[in-house]
Amino acid sequence: MYGFEAMTFNIHGGYLEAIVRGHRSGLLTAADYNNLCQCETLDDIKMHLTATEYGPYLQNEPSPLHTTTIVEKCTLKLVDEYKHMLCQATEPLSTFLEYITYGHMIDNVVLIVTGTLHERDVQELLEKCHPLGMFDSIATLAVAQNMRELYRLVLVDTPLAPYFSECITSEDLDDMNIEIMRNTLYKAYLEDFYRFCQKLGGATAEIMSDLLAFEADRRAVNITINSIGTELTRDDRRKLYSSFGLLYPYGHEELAVCEDIDQVRGVMEKYPPYQSTFSKLSYGESQMLDKAFYEEEVKRLCLSFEQQFHYGVFFAYMRLREQEIRNLMWISECVAQNQKSRVHDSVVFIF
Amino acid sequence: MAEHGGCCPPMDLFRSEPMHLVQVIIPIESARLTVSYLGDIGLIQFKDLNAEKSPFQRTYAGQIKRCAELARKLRFFKDQMSKADVKPSAKSDAKAEFNLDELEVKLGELEAELTEINGNSEKLQRSYNELVEYKLVLQKAGEFFKEAQSRAAAQQTEVSSQQAAEESLETPLLKDQESTADQGKQVKLGFLTGLVPKGRSMAFERILFRATRGNVFLRQSSVDEAVIDPNSGEKVEKNVFVVFFSGERAKSKILKICEAFGANRYPFAEDLGKQAQMITEVSGRISELKTTIDAGLLHRANLLETIGNQYEQWSELVRKEKSIYHTLNMLSIDVTKKCLVAEGWSPIFATQQIQDALQQATVDSKSQVGAIFQVLHTKELPPTYFRTNKFTESFQTIVDAYGVAKYQEANPGVYTVVTFPFLFAVMFGDWGHGICILLATLFLIFREKKYSSQKLGDIMEMTFGGRYVILLMALFSIYTGLIYNEFFSVPFELFSPSAYACRDAACSEATTIGLIKARDTYPFGVDPAWHGSRSELPFLNSLKMKMSILLGVAQMNLGIILSFFNALYFRNPVNVWFQFIPQMIFLNGLFGYLSLLIIVKWCTGSQADLYHVMIYMFLSPTDDLGENQLFPNQKTVQLVLLLLSLIAVPWMLLPKPFILKAQHNRTHQGQSYTPLEGTEDSLQVEAGHDAHGHGEFEFSEVFVHQLIHTIEFVLGAVSNTASYLRLWALSLAHSELSTVFYEKVLLLAWGYNNIIILIVGIIVFIFATVGVLLVMETLSAFLHALRLHWVEFQNKFYEGDGYKFAPFSFALLSDEDE
Repeated sequence: MYGFEAMTFNIHGGYLEAIVRGHRSGLLTAADYNNLCQCETLDDIKMHLTATEYGPYLQNEPSPLHTTTIVEKCTLKLVDEYKHMLCQATEPLSTFLEYITYGHMIDNVVLIVTGTLHERDVQELLEKCHPLGMFDSIATLAVAQNMRELYRLVLVDTPLAPYFSECITSEDLDDMNIEIMRNTLYKAYLEDFYRFCQKLGGATAEIMSDLLAFEADRRAVNITINSIGTELTRDDRRKLYSSFGLLYPYGHEELAVCEDIDQVRGVMEKYPPYQSTFSKLSYGESQMLDKAFYEEEVKRLCLSFEQQFHYGVFFAYMRLREQEIRNLMWISECVAQNQKSRVHDSVVFIF
Repeated sequence: MAEHGGCCPPMDLFRSEPMHLVQVIIPIESARLTVSYLGDIGLIQFKDLNAEKSPFQRTYAGQIKRCAELARKLRFFKDQMSKADVKPSAKSDAKAEFNLDELEVKLGELEAELTEINGNSEKLQRSYNELVEYKLVLQKAGEFFKEAQSRAAAQQTEVSSQQAAEESLETPLLKDQESTADQGKQVKLGFLTGLVPKGRSMAFERILFRATRGNVFLRQSSVDEAVIDPNSGEKVEKNVFVVFFSGERAKSKILKICEAFGANRYPFAEDLGKQAQMITEVSGRISELKTTIDAGLLHRANLLETIGNQYEQWSELVRKEKSIYHTLNMLSIDVTKKCLVAEGWSPIFATQQIQDALQQATVDSKSQVGAIFQVLHTKELPPTYFRTNKFTESFQTIVDAYGVAKYQEANPGVYTVVTFPFLFAVMFGDWGHGICILLATLFLIFREKKYSSQKLGDIMEMTFGGRYVILLMALFSIYTGLIYNEFFSVPFELFSPSAYACRDAACSEATTIGLIKARDTYPFGVDPAWHGSRSELPFLNSLKMKMSILLGVAQMNLGIILSFFNALYFRNPVNVWFQFIPQMIFLNGLFGYLSLLIIVKWCTGSQADLYHVMIYMFLSPTDDLGENQLFPNQKTVQLVLLLLSLIAVPWMLLPKPFILKAQHNRTHQGQSYTPLEGTEDSLQVEAGHDAHGHGEFEFSEVFVHQLIHTIEFVLGAVSNTASYLRLWALSLAHSELSTVFYEKVLLLAWGYNNIIILIVGIIVFIFATVGVLLVMETLSAFLHALRLHWVEFQNKFYEGDGYKFAPFSFALLSDEDE
């Protein structure tokens, strides 16, 4: 019932919305980042973070710290919060929350499969997986030799199973295949998530469709840029674009034929919302595009908190926290490797 | 202002302690010791002189990091101790004092030792767990094989008997071949044994089936007790499995799947003899390992015991050190880096103590230069510090919850000690309930020592903190209860028999008709004969309503008088002449007069209608009072009072803004003439604060402010007086509720003459009394008393815009932490 969420939303969603908004106010602020960027050692970073919400997770770490420890602990906090929210959630919020993790699941599957392809140790790979995207039989992925086996053996039990329908081939796995599989899965996932949100209706649909459309468009641009100069045909490329978003369908037609970054830029500049993002980049530059997109995303995610009574805040919070962890990782890496001049290169301030 | 204290007796609680801003210049070598001594005294609130620096840019950031590291080690020990069930002994024998460096070394050693022991025992534990699992596998899988063999043997005999039976006719030849072929295949079958967690066994089986396309044979059997998993060290319920397969590819797949599912595999011999041998071997090694592990655990427990003995001491030391360095970080370091400059507020009475401490620190640290202590002059408002004790503390908290008093402002806390419980009791007058609450709070007070050292729950903490408030509340409600003659709404003839008696035998109990006054007036409180009579309510209402107004007018007058004391103390004659006096006249001209009328009416027993008197005092002041006249010349008095009140309003409103404006102009003019009066030392401090001292004088703003103030007071005089009627309302509600519970529950149940109904009735009565009357009513009366103090009383004089004195003190540190 559109516009009437205020009447019933709080029955089931009120508590969790309050929780998530409380979590959001614990995100690091620009002042925190300024302090963090001035740190000289990882211990300084730890000292600073112990004064924030990360305190309980970091304070018991013995002193020679590594970047991975910091990132791991910060992620652990996110996972704990997520699990708490999932425990408290009722339908359809719980499904919504589960949807958020599918992206990580896809990444984990791809990570393990590529890892085994290059004969890495499974345990080592498992440690690298994002804890939000873990599922029971994830380690068994190493057994599979081709897509069909992958699906039949393992993934049929996971929520990813329906997304696989488009990429079951008996071809052996190689890097290219896997990358295509990742994008096909992601496309199916985004479309499914989009449909789910539309079904929920109301403010959730409105806000999530905006956020997901942005996600889809960003993926489309990234796919295009990454596939320039590879043997991927135009038709194959177009198949990887999600069938919604601002660029759908005409932008996709144009993106599919792009041969270099400036053509992509030409396409994107026709769309007012992306104009500002692209106008910040100088010609022929694709390095900073990621950061520009992240900044745009963060802006949109923050805006979703301006409205009440919708599930978009959960999605937004998870994404913002992940961005924050990426920031922390970058800062810690810069500090650890004495590259402090580059510290501002990829930090995206959230507030 | 300090010299003002000389003429009067010390007013500890009435005015906050006189404070001064002090500057201490400490040589850097004695800085730590000095701050530590000052922390022992706990009477200086240091100002942060490095506010613009981030935490790790400060001088002592390194030391703080060290302390944090030590605290982490201590937390590690605590964690280990709680795992091993070793309690840190509370306040052990005060052994040798450690300093931080020694402690750092010591803790480092202990941590290394402990981690090594843990590592070793973990390794041992791991192999022990592996062996336990192995033994389980041997037993369970052995059962499978035995079963299978016996069944196979049974089959074999069956087959052979069949063969024997059917030998004659049907082709034995082919069958023979078949069976040999079977045997040939069987030889190639490989098998794996191991354990898989029970929760994942289904998925394990499914994946195995899928991966090998069904070409496996899996047997599982659950282990009865949970096993400790060697890898994770957690207790898990597990299944023993045996999986048969054929072919190398299948084997590698199964191995991978086993790994993925965290299934531990163990070698298994098919041969029965070997199995038995293995089992005994494994059992032997298990018992061997067990003794080793036990020895390790004992060692560890001993180590933890020694840590536990000193744990409290260490953690206190670390806490102290950390707070010392935090404080040191707030001091500004001199350019020459030879001394630290501290600034902070301290009460004047502590000056000697602080100087002694500084001297002591200089001597103890063998520093050649002593610390320099000097008082700075400043226009900044000092913090508010009341020296409370455990009794007055909770009352002061009630006041502080509204707002911390401005520096040296009259503190309503002094009066709150009595008026708060009293107003509460007026609403909660029942000596039965009062005794219940008294017993409860006495329980808390007698166990004070025990409770104050331990952590209590949220609500309990609040009750415990306010135990003395509750004590006074209970005592006062016993007193008012006696006046109201209420005891669970049962009337008592405590002080003498009732003054009234029946005229004849026909008069019923429930009415006053037929009662005549037989004896002297009941000596104390309300005569019990009123209870339950038809005129009980009108009588009590009239009594309580009038009493409320008397109390209210008295308390508001007290508030206004306190504003007079404030004006005197801060030498502010404008406030005396143009605020205090007109306010007094206005309030007392109207409501003071009403109070007077009430008293006169009580004393004379007049029948005059006070409503009528008050209303027509405004509507037609010149009319004749007629039968409502209480005393001669009443009309003239009323006219005079009315006129005075009318005059008081513009008196409050107009002169003050103009006088302020004139004063401001005068000082402004004067300023251009005044020579530089500041001496050297005050100059530097004042420079920063001068700006806001002489801000722009905005006349309209001051006037509007005064207008609001006046309107608020004039309207407030009416509405606040009316607000005091809540005393009557709540008291009425309380007595009615207790009547309902007594009559409709207890007496009703009594009437049935049935023991069960009586018991149920008593239980309901007890729960209703405790839940509704003792808990909820207490709470509501408490809140109403709170409101009367915060709003009706304190708005007459209390600014409440000060800030609290928060000294650096080790004593406060311990309960802050955790």
